[in-house]
Amino acid sequence: MLLQQLINGIALGSTYALIALGYTMVYGIITLINFAHGEIFMAGAFVGLFLVTVLKFNVFLAMAGAMIFCMIMGVVIELIAYRPLRKSSRLSALISAIGVSIFLSTLALMVFGADAKGFPDTAFPVQQVKILGAEISTLQLLIIGVSALLMLALEFIVQKTKIGKAMRATSEDYNTAALMGINVNRIISFTFALGSSLAAAGGVLVGLLFNAVSFNMGLMAGLKAFSAAVLGGIGSIPGAMLGGLLLGVAEVMGVAAGYSSYRDAIAFAILVLVLLVKPTGLLGQKIQKKV
Amino acid sequence: MLIVENLSVNYKAIKALVNLSCRVEQGEIVALIGANGAGKTTTLNSISGIVPASAGRVVFEGEEITKTLPHLIVKKGISQVPEGRRVFAKMSVLENLEMGAYIRSDTKGIAQEMERIFHLFPRLAERKKQLAKTLSGGEQQMLAMGRALMSQPRLLLLDEPSMGLAPMLVEKIFEIIQEINKTGTTIMLVEQNAHMALSIANRAYVLETGQVVLEGEAKELAENPEVRKAYLGE
Repeated sequence: MLLQQLINGIALGSTYALIALGYTMVYGIITLINFAHGEIFMAGAFVGLFLVTVLKFNVFLAMAGAMIFCMIMGVVIELIAYRPLRKSSRLSALISAIGVSIFLSTLALMVFGADAKGFPDTAFPVQQVKILGAEISTLQLLIIGVSALLMLALEFIVQKTKIGKAMRATSEDYNTAALMGINVNRIISFTFALGSSLAAAGGVLVGLLFNAVSFNMGLMAGLKAFSAAVLGGIGSIPGAMLGGLLLGVAEVMGVAAGYSSYRDAIAFAILVLVLLVKPTGLLGQKIQKKV
Repeated sequence: MLIVENLSVNYKAIKALVNLSCRVEQGEIVALIGANGAGKTTTLNSISGIVPASAGRVVFEGEEITKTLPHLIVKKGISQVPEGRRVFAKMSVLENLEMGAYIRSDTKGIAQEMERIFHLFPRLAERKKQLAKTLSGGEQQMLAMGRALMSQPRLLLLDEPSMGLAPMLVEKIFEIIQEINKTGTTIMLVEQNAHMALSIANRAYVLETGQVVLEGEAKELAENPEVRKAYLGE
């Protein structure tokens, strides 16, 4: 029973983690909470749905398509809504982010309507598998597997590739990164592209998991993923992964314990608690500057 | 090699530089000395493109770079060791050096450069796997210098390399600066430690409130009674 809930929690938590990574990476590099990130996740779900239902793509191709679409979307949002405000106060960019968020969800409402749409049953055949007494659906396995794979890929990019290292350098010290010959604008675009593509994958997975894709799905998922990022320590990539998983497990456990009407409150209770007790989050840290 | 002409920089209402002019010839070590807030760091940051100029121009090897973006200025051959070293604390020594070579893609050349830097700073070789934040102040200064050299600059801008270091280390760092200069890198050096700066520089400029108040051969300036009184503690 516990194992069952744990796996349910990890599956849900992986999707939070995928979204939380975008928040944390963008914050790490330009200290902006990209409130439009939830809407990028929503857009990913719609693009995935479109590719599956209209163009008859299989789930994996649809996910790849959604990721590419959202990469471009994330880069364009940064270019239009945040870059011109780079030198303004942080509040201006934040307000701009909220504006983009409202714009995108309203646009989705107008284009797709208010009803939630579902993936066709044929999109991904769901079967139950018994592992150590726990009933696990193949869909949960897909979610956990894809999320783990994407996070490993991200970790590889950030730790080992030249552009990933430049990302870390830029997030530590913007001006000094420029003094290395790093084109920081390009790194910021790249960060938005990476984060948005992960959110898009999350969108398709969540759309499959709840069999519902709707214009306002980005709001709650976005806020919860943001809480997950704060829980893990905003700006920390492993923190976002950990925070997402913990939040997913906490939510599922809370529901299993009979508090299902407080389902959404759990994430925000944790957010408040973290901000009160350890604002830097589990893996976040303040850098001590040596002089 | 580098000509700075009537450069002015404003931070909002504050005039950080007012009509500052200076030049650096190929092969020289040129020092900018002056008190805190005189505009030394602003001059370097403006040359590097980090701080926009409100008037005047910067010309490097005959090409105007006043409005060039910082990362393109590095490509033109100017590299800066920023004040306070600014190493990437959460990255290893090796990764810091790799970042210094960001504009290069010749794997072989980069490896050779790294060897040269490890030869110049053996301590860095011993600690190449360590995170930069675990290094001492002197080692961080060496790393910052090594990192700046990785792009093979023709002009190296050094901002307060002696800051916060023990006198013995300061001497060592200044020896290395001379060594770097001997291998063909032109150097522009900003220092509060005027004594050390004037001892290795060919020429120097004395800055006060964003303006050049004195300039000349470093040896002459070191003998100048005003300079001795104001900056050499006599």
